[in-house]
Amino acid sequence: MKNMKKFGLGMTLSALMVITAACGGGASKDNSAGTDKTPKTAETKELSGSLVVSGSSAMQPLVAAAAEEFMAENPKVDIQVNAGGSGTGLSQVAEGSVQIGNSDVFAEEKEGIPADKLVDHKVAVVGMTAAVNPKVGIKDIKKEDLIKVFTGKITNWKELGGKDQKIVLVNRPDSSGTRAVFNKFALDGATPAEGITEDSSNTVKKIINETDGAIGYLAFSYFTDDSVTPLSIDGVEPTDENVQSGKFPVWAYQHSYTKGEATDLAKEFLDYMMSDDIQNTLLKDQGYLPVTKMKVERDAKGNQKDI
Amino acid sequence: MEKLIPAKERLLKSNKKWMDGELRGKILVILCAVIMISVTISITIFLGSKGLQSFIHNGVSLIEFITSKHWNPTNQASPQYGALPFILGSFAVTFAAALVAAPLGIGGAIFMTEIAPSWGKKILQPVIELLVGIPSVVYGFIGLTVLVPFIREHVGGLGFSLLAGTIVLAIMILPTVTTIATDAMSSLPKNLREGSYALGATRWQTIRKVLIPAAMPNLLTAIVLGMARAFGEALAVQMVIGNVRDIPSNILDASATLTTIITLNMGHTTYGSVENNTLWSMGLILLIMSFAFILLIRYLSSRRKM
Repeated sequence: MKNMKKFGLGMTLSALMVITAACGGGASKDNSAGTDKTPKTAETKELSGSLVVSGSSAMQPLVAAAAEEFMAENPKVDIQVNAGGSGTGLSQVAEGSVQIGNSDVFAEEKEGIPADKLVDHKVAVVGMTAAVNPKVGIKDIKKEDLIKVFTGKITNWKELGGKDQKIVLVNRPDSSGTRAVFNKFALDGATPAEGITEDSSNTVKKIINETDGAIGYLAFSYFTDDSVTPLSIDGVEPTDENVQSGKFPVWAYQHSYTKGEATDLAKEFLDYMMSDDIQNTLLKDQGYLPVTKMKVERDAKGNQKDI
Repeated sequence: MEKLIPAKERLLKSNKKWMDGELRGKILVILCAVIMISVTISITIFLGSKGLQSFIHNGVSLIEFITSKHWNPTNQASPQYGALPFILGSFAVTFAAALVAAPLGIGGAIFMTEIAPSWGKKILQPVIELLVGIPSVVYGFIGLTVLVPFIREHVGGLGFSLLAGTIVLAIMILPTVTTIATDAMSSLPKNLREGSYALGATRWQTIRKVLIPAAMPNLLTAIVLGMARAFGEALAVQMVIGNVRDIPSNILDASATLTTIITLNMGHTTYGSVENNTLWSMGLILLIMSFAFILLIRYLSSRRKM
């Protein structure tokens, strides 16, 4: 009996120690991530080590899928891909707690990020467009009308030749990258009127599908069925080809940022993301456009030019 | 076989190991208490320093923050940081949810303790406990899939509304209210009931005129605890309330709460930016409110002792 008691006490004490150790661990996190980066220099043949990636939740499935294939080819490598939002990704890569930070906006567009210290790797392109409830009955919209719809100047679809139905806006949160891109390139910078606000694209799609007269915006990859109708803007259809040729204006890069030039494993992984293998097959499966096929390019201020 | 040890030696020996006996237990429980207290204090300090950043460091006016109804942090020319709609939204859903859950919970408690203490408790107790176990994201998803379309088709509006948030929250806090109210009712001394019956009161008269007033402070505590939970709930509410930045004009309007705005925006904002700091300020408001709820509970339970 006495032994049992001592055993129990030991267990309790060790549990407490684990807890306190875990609590104290937070402070030293930066250091360990920092030392991770430096060691492997000579051995280039067989990659090993671990890589922590965080950021944009929209990019998470893509990067996670690429990481899985990369890990299958390099079994000694461990890559963790966390989602948490573009802001989190940029903040964490800037402070050095992760090696790669994913973002769906340029670092220059986010406040409080030392953009000059980060190196941008554009790994994919995503096109997006306005999507409406199928019962609205329109498929094409002029850009000026789209702005009027989103700023609340047009409130019924019949003004645009659709059904007699009140327009219901579905927005994204203020700080969302998708919203920033849509406002900038589809609404020419106009501030949208208030509407239902949801973060997840799946929820937005569900709401548009279920609510009469609803309009929101989604990435091309969500137009897989008839549950929502993607709109052409000024007669330009929202297709991959039109985005690549620069005819369709609403698209954004998916960025992977590193602090300083990418080194070692981070560099290998980013090179792998840019390889034809990933760009031409995996990206397409996930609904993204290969960045290597773009005929136009864009800088952080939104100026577009031909390549 | 057993070796006999003289009493003197045995008594001296038992103090040899410091880990044995009184001291060991004392150290263990003090350690637990110290850990709990330091966690609470450090969270408060951390949240306080983070939450005050936006007022001290970024120059956001505290008055604007809690009284202005314009929230537009991404407007680069003239950002506006008015959190009033969210503060009001939080209070509105919390009080509305309490209004729905309180009668139901207390009614259920009376049923379990006074009307059918045997079989009623056997059925209702597990049902209530089951409700506690459902994760909040499931409540939100059911709300989004069932409640929102139902309200849209049968009541009016978009479906995403204060009403939907209220109903989801009311169901979520129902177990809290019911459990504490049941404890309150069943801890009433038996002679209260018997005295009342002896004076010729019916069962309903006894419940209404004697038992409920006697248990009132604890019943109020039950409601306040439920409200504290409702005030802090984020996920389920976010899925059904619509997250609109305007102040709702009626119960069918979409709205937003402090918690939903935090969860929607936290990931997209960068650490140290003004917008991120204002989200921490909202977190600080939530903490202050939960302190207020605790003070209220302490006040209510101290009144009972008199």
